[in-house]
Amino acid sequence: MKPPPIEYVRAENEAHALALLAELGDDAQVLAGGQSLMPLLAMRLAAPSVVVDINRLANRDGIVVADGRVRIGALTRHRSVHGSAALQAAAPMLPVAAGHVAHAGIRNRGTFGGSLAFNDPAAEFPACLLALGGHVTVRSLAGERRIAMADFTRGLFETALAPGELVVEADFPAARPGERQAFAEFARRHADPAVAGVAVRAHVDGGRLSDVSIACLGISDRVLSAPNAAAALTAGGAGGLAGAVAALRDELDVTGSAQASAAMRRHVVGTLLERAVAHLLAA
Amino acid sequence: MDHVDIRCTVNGVETAERVPARLGLADFLRDRLGLTGTHLGCEHGVCGACTVVVDGRTARACLMLAAQVDGSAIETIEGASASGRLKPLQEAFYARGALQCGFCTAGMLLTAAEAIADDPRLDRDGVRTAIAGNYCRCTGYHAIVDAVLSCCRGHHDAP
Repeated sequence: MKPPPIEYVRAENEAHALALLAELGDDAQVLAGGQSLMPLLAMRLAAPSVVVDINRLANRDGIVVADGRVRIGALTRHRSVHGSAALQAAAPMLPVAAGHVAHAGIRNRGTFGGSLAFNDPAAEFPACLLALGGHVTVRSLAGERRIAMADFTRGLFETALAPGELVVEADFPAARPGERQAFAEFARRHADPAVAGVAVRAHVDGGRLSDVSIACLGISDRVLSAPNAAAALTAGGAGGLAGAVAALRDELDVTGSAQASAAMRRHVVGTLLERAVAHLLAA
Repeated sequence: MDHVDIRCTVNGVETAERVPARLGLADFLRDRLGLTGTHLGCEHGVCGACTVVVDGRTARACLMLAAQVDGSAIETIEGASASGRLKPLQEAFYARGALQCGFCTAGMLLTAAEAIADDPRLDRDGVRTAIAGNYCRCTGYHAIVDAVLSCCRGHHDAP
């Protein structure tokens, strides 16, 4: 359970990091929080030649709310997201989701950008960013790209990151007046990989929902949005929530595993949507 | 580089070492510095036995490379205990039989101390969540929860 023979280099700044990644290509792995990379190294599921430590990069750790948008630097630790008063106001699903991320010791080091770059289908933040209609900014020596989250998440532990690219920031609209957000997750034990989870945001006005966005985690090889369920919630009417739950269970292409079958995950994700909507509608 | 020079403080002592790039922080503390109070259970970040404090916050030493802690301040159970800051928790653990083999105890104490510092008003559920990432194979956890809870505000006279 020891890392394989590797080389280590510490990036002194962002330009240095990008130059290293360009030079090393597939031989390199970025080390930020290390909370996902280190277990992979220990289990020899990853064997990079070089680990590039980016923890010294300046100006990439922080949460900024301005002009109706929220920007989260890639090196922002999960603990900061969990305790952020600014996010409680501008993106309340995020501190709630952060509480589901592993344990305090892991949240002290794990990073927002790392979570997005790793793209674990059971992770919380990719689902939140998808529900929030966010973007991921990546940089390389060739320049900068700002990628919609729906395009950034590609598959199992796979993103739109090209060789030499580094996640530097995520951004999304701040919650508008009348907007409510909810996050709900089920795991067998606290901090286990989620069996299923939902991130929901909507405009709420007197019990009616509009501008609904739903993203689900734990149910496929990556996070999935649920536009049919969102439309059903907006339409409301007699079908109401039950109709939305049925739409969700129908539209999602759910995969099971030894941990939990597809049928179980399909059932649980629907139940979680019920709980999330109850939260949205609560006073 | 396959070896890296690091300068850090460990339990307040300035330390300069040349370490293999692949050397984990826990192995560095235990084998290079002889600080064996930090234990290795799972070596992949789930059991919490390797918990130390890095720059004032707990971290799993099996999830860090020694190379990473250049410029950092590390506190292990040895330093934390010597400082006296764990005394109420240690006495509560002792009084309630919250350890048997003691393998998880260092991690439990450091984790609990941080949880209480972050929220002195933890209730039973809060304590259980706070130590959910620290595995104990001996006690069945209840005595540990009792001990930690007894150190939280409003619970000092808990049985």
